[in-house]
Amino acid sequence: MTEKITAKDINEQDKALLSDLQDALANCMKCGNCMEVCPVYKEVGKEAAVARGKLSLMEGVLKGSIPLSAAFDAAMSKCVSCKACTAKCPCGVPADELILRGRQAAVKARGLHPIKKKVFALLKNRHLFDFSLRMAGIFGPLSFKKIPGKMAALARFPMPGMDYKRVTAPFASTPLRSQYPEVIKVDRPTMRVGFFTGCTINYIYTDVGQSVINVLKENNIEVTMPSMQHCCGTPVYMSGDVDSAKILAKHNIETFDSYNFDYIVSACGSCTEAFRIEFPHLFHDDPKMSAMTEKLAKKTYEISEFLIDVVKIDKTKLGPVNATVTMHDPCHMARGIKVTKQPREVLKSIPGLHFVEMKAPDRCCGSGGSFSLGNYELSRKINDKKIADIASTNADTVVTSCGTCRMHLTDGLFQNNMNQDALHVIQVLDRSYKAGHQK
Amino acid sequence: MEKHHINALKEIVGEENVLTSAEDLYCYSYDATPGHAHMPDAVVSPANTAETSKILKLANENHIPVYTRGSGTNLSAGCVPTKGGIVLLMTRLNKILEVDLENLVAVVEPGVIVADLNKEIASLGLIYPPDPGTVATATLGGTVAENAGGLRGLKYGVSKHYVMGLEVVLANGDIMNTGGKNVKDVSGYDMTKLFTGSEGTLCVITKIISKLVPAPEARKAMMAIFKDLDNAGKAVSSIIAAKIIPATLEIMDNATIRTVEDYAKVGLPLDAEAVLLIEVDGNPIVVEKEAEKVMEALKANHADLVQIAKDDAERDKLWAARRAALPALAKLRPTTYVEDATVPRNKVPDFLREVSSIAKKHNVTIGTFGHAGDGNMHPTIVCDIRIPEEMERVYQAMDEMFKAAIALGGTLSGEHGIGLGKLPWMEQQHGLVTMNAMRSIKRALDPNLILNPGKLVGEC
Ligand SMILES: Cc1cc2nc3c(=O)[nH]c(=O)nc-3n(C[C@H](O)[C@H](O)[C@H](O)COP(=O)(O)OP(=O)(O)OC[C@H]3O[C@@H](n4cnc5c(N)ncnc54)[C@H](O)[C@@H]3O)c2cc1C
Ligand code: SF4
Ligand code: SF4
Repeated sequence: MTEKITAKDINEQDKALLSDLQDALANCMKCGNCMEVCPVYKEVGKEAAVARGKLSLMEGVLKGSIPLSAAFDAAMSKCVSCKACTAKCPCGVPADELILRGRQAAVKARGLHPIKKKVFALLKNRHLFDFSLRMAGIFGPLSFKKIPGKMAALARFPMPGMDYKRVTAPFASTPLRSQYPEVIKVDRPTMRVGFFTGCTINYIYTDVGQSVINVLKENNIEVTMPSMQHCCGTPVYMSGDVDSAKILAKHNIETFDSYNFDYIVSACGSCTEAFRIEFPHLFHDDPKMSAMTEKLAKKTYEISEFLIDVVKIDKTKLGPVNATVTMHDPCHMARGIKVTKQPREVLKSIPGLHFVEMKAPDRCCGSGGSFSLGNYELSRKINDKKIADIASTNADTVVTSCGTCRMHLTDGLFQNNMNQDALHVIQVLDRSYKAGHQK
Repeated sequence: MEKHHINALKEIVGEENVLTSAEDLYCYSYDATPGHAHMPDAVVSPANTAETSKILKLANENHIPVYTRGSGTNLSAGCVPTKGGIVLLMTRLNKILEVDLENLVAVVEPGVIVADLNKEIASLGLIYPPDPGTVATATLGGTVAENAGGLRGLKYGVSKHYVMGLEVVLANGDIMNTGGKNVKDVSGYDMTKLFTGSEGTLCVITKIISKLVPAPEARKAMMAIFKDLDNAGKAVSSIIAAKIIPATLEIMDNATIRTVEDYAKVGLPLDAEAVLLIEVDGNPIVVEKEAEKVMEALKANHADLVQIAKDDAERDKLWAARRAALPALAKLRPTTYVEDATVPRNKVPDFLREVSSIAKKHNVTIGTFGHAGDGNMHPTIVCDIRIPEEMERVYQAMDEMFKAAIALGGTLSGEHGIGLGKLPWMEQQHGLVTMNAMRSIKRALDPNLILNPGKLVGEC
């Protein structure tokens, strides 16, 4: 057995760490309803994998009945943060958030998963981060074998923590923000919008970023991509490293606040959630930051939501896209910011597009942000269910609203020998605008 | 338990199917019942009947207690390993072995989730009706072992009405078959019925032969609000007297109504003493006629407001209040006891009144909702188990509530089982003769008292 750190040791080091959780944990009535929906439990089949078990373990640590051990750490990390348990819970227990707190405790006590530690150390340093991801883009072909015609590549030799056979997207040779000036001007702009690209879109899925810019330009909106923006911090936060998450959040909040935008848009459920929910949460007890954060939170929209609810796009400008499309709702869209109608409305506005709903579109695809870095086999199993649901729709395209979901779906489709396209909703809309011009 | 026992168990089921880490054991120290927890020494998951048999043989020879577990959602501490030993996890036996359309039976393993069986047979136009609130999580083994009921109990009955035969492993490891696919069967003692509802104290169920029935073609939901509890009671009696057996006939008391309204804002008047939710199902023509008669009965008994659902969307709206009952109550306080004391149908208003006066007397929060049609009530007590003074009052209220149910000719449990939670009142309900008879059965089938010892019939 590895060395054990007991609740007593922890309490001595950091008394407040878990203790304020006691009340929140006591609200779990142990009904087990979360077993119905937890994708991890469905695969693992052990109580320690479901929210009820994880919360009990935290309770056990608090009571001093079990140590804050490696096994505790492992149990806390087996969660894709899909929020399905929280949505199902009759007692209103925010289990996914509590599990994060459990992880934070484990991080404090034991340190991060070694693979994640490497990646996150990189995340914290903006220049180094930018540099190494650019290098990955330029030298991409060394480590990734391209699959013809797809925004996907097969890892050619093992990356730290990445499965050998796993398909990930290649890093772009030029990041999105280097492809454009900081401010993208239009004639007589109707509004000024700050685009929070997030890492996946800046470094990997630049095609999604280009579509966001194209579509906003179509609507006479001036787009700015603040050059100083940085990773939103969600992956770090999700892994339990709150201090680093706060550094990243503060940097982004101050950066975006200084521009005084009309709105902030992002093309990712988790990034929107970061601005709208997590940042205010992180700084709720810091009066100065809190006011700034709340102001930004109110201005932040996910792209489909923005186009439907704020811009109210003119549907007559859209041209036909002949495709059969199904949609996967990312967890952070469905249960985080609760945006599921608007992306569907975007798709249904497009002439010629046949939309088919898949079974349980909001069930987690298994990517869980950086969960798949440490638990690839497990996340593949969860993913296989999603892929089977996609297959049964006979759609030729699956769209979603999150870069990591797109990457995970692409991987799953490849592993299951399927050749559907996996795209972001906005890319299909971009195509439709282009087709509109040819009318 | 000794190290060599663990090793022997690993020999039987494989290393990965024996859990012994403190963290894993902690996760199997509880079920859905508040206030009961104890660590087992090992959690063992067999893959089939043969492995189950070997485990029991080993446990029996070494006098190791065995606590069988499905999904651990029971409300009577049935899975809590109070004396340590083995938690026998049955969820790996999760195959639907056969759906026999000629005899309308299914043969399933105990780890199959109830809703999964229903999903499988839905396309064949069939249903397995017992539908506890936990259909989507509970196992068939657990529901049969608890003789679980549900919302449709009045018309469709409970688990025991569907179990036609079983394969079980006895305490000594012997494998035994009971019943079969015969609709009529009087050959010998009805061991199938004895094992159904035996709460893991007599055997481990490894296979279930269950009856299936055709799915109803149509359904119609109605809701009625009563300012006077007695009128609601009379309405229930008139519906039954009109020879209508609704699939669902639910009631909520005033405490529940107020909590639901506060939480879900469904538009219930706060001074209503009762809300009834009624659903009839079956042949579309009959359903229309029955719905009409139900509406007449409701109006004749002075319902203050009645509504009938025209389509599925409206049905969902009517159901929303009833669905919100438990979540709304459970959110009030950290600890929730969902009890299931049951009284004869015509005593429901009396029982509801008793419960609210007991709640007032001891200053505890109890909302009661439940199956008015079959008298199965769910007085739901919300409290905080961490406050000893409050729990003192809660236990007193419980005691009086169970005694009140027995005095009205009722029973301690309509569907959740006895386990540990309701053990203290068993003799009061059944008398010493019956208790001794039950204990003799327990000792005959499990002489070393290894199966869920101390539960249901207490120490033997
Ligand atoms: C929110 C909520 C609502 C509920 N609503 C209802 C309801 O409407 N109606 C109702 O009847 N119940 C209800 N219940 C109680 C519970 O869901 C049922 O008792 C269910 O049948 C338990 O199934 P399980 O698989 O979780 O069994 P477990 O809890 O795992 O086990 C239950 C008992 O059966 C024994 N057992 C399990 N498997 C086997 C086996 N293979 N062989 C022998 N013994 C076995 C166990 O030892 C234990 O004593 C509710 C519970 C909750 C938390
Ligand atoms: S659904 Fe909620 S109350 Fe029930 S066990 Fe899970 S976390 Fe606890
Ligand atoms: S957030 Fe998702 S993966 Fe995590 S415990 Fe809840 S249901 Fe399971």
